[in-house]
Amino acid sequence: MGDKSETIFSVDIEIPNQTRYLRLIGNIAEQIARDLDVANGDCDTLAYHLNLVLTEAVANAIEHGSPGDPKNTVRICISIEDKNLCVRVYDHGQGFNLEAVSAPEFADLEEHGRGIFFIRSLMDSVEYRKTEGGNVLEMRKKLA
Amino acid sequence: MNILMDKRNGKTVLSLKEERVDAHNAGELKDRLLKALEEDGQALVIDLNQVQFIDSSGLGALLSGYKNANLRASGFALVGLQPLVKSMFELTRLHRVFEIYPSMEEALAG
Repeated sequence: MGDKSETIFSVDIEIPNQTRYLRLIGNIAEQIARDLDVANGDCDTLAYHLNLVLTEAVANAIEHGSPGDPKNTVRICISIEDKNLCVRVYDHGQGFNLEAVSAPEFADLEEHGRGIFFIRSLMDSVEYRKTEGGNVLEMRKKLA
Repeated sequence: MNILMDKRNGKTVLSLKEERVDAHNAGELKDRLLKALEEDGQALVIDLNQVQFIDSSGLGALLSGYKNANLRASGFALVGLQPLVKSMFELTRLHRVFEIYPSMEEALAG
């Protein structure tokens, strides 16, 4: 798909609410990144970054999901349209307040709290909102 | 999690034989680091040469090891970081926290 000036591409995946599926999602993200035609881009870096963003977002959705719920899944949609990458991760949990998640204090050696920081650092925009039956974390990035 | 343990130069070398350290295996890494510190009290050298990917949970597990080593006045060093893995330490400024060596020889001598 690299030689087209405009690419329309989307994948829609639903996984059980378990961390063992993070590797699969990360591998899919890397493969998508490697198939993109990124002008002046470092393919390995983009692959790592997309892997990381998906891994953090899905781990977050699993953590905030509701284990007792029969709809115990996380849905991931990745779409690319004319160099605009959009990643949506849906959870069925109670949700959290994204605005209340502040950047980590670098001098503070807390073991948690860097996942959203990574997503915010590597993507252009991040939103978290309620949907029917859950929440969605929507992350966008303009590809070079 | 596949980790090889070796004693060299009075230090315990833990070589992570995993390509990924993420939220799935970071908890086990944290436990194994604590166990290694509790067992013999030697300084730890963590060889990350085979790790191609680390997420925030993986960094958190290493930070837990670092803090536990500090509590015991024991050493805790990292070696063999792949460039993109190292860039995650830099993005979070953790490269200023950890002792990071370019080679095993330097880590064992440090």
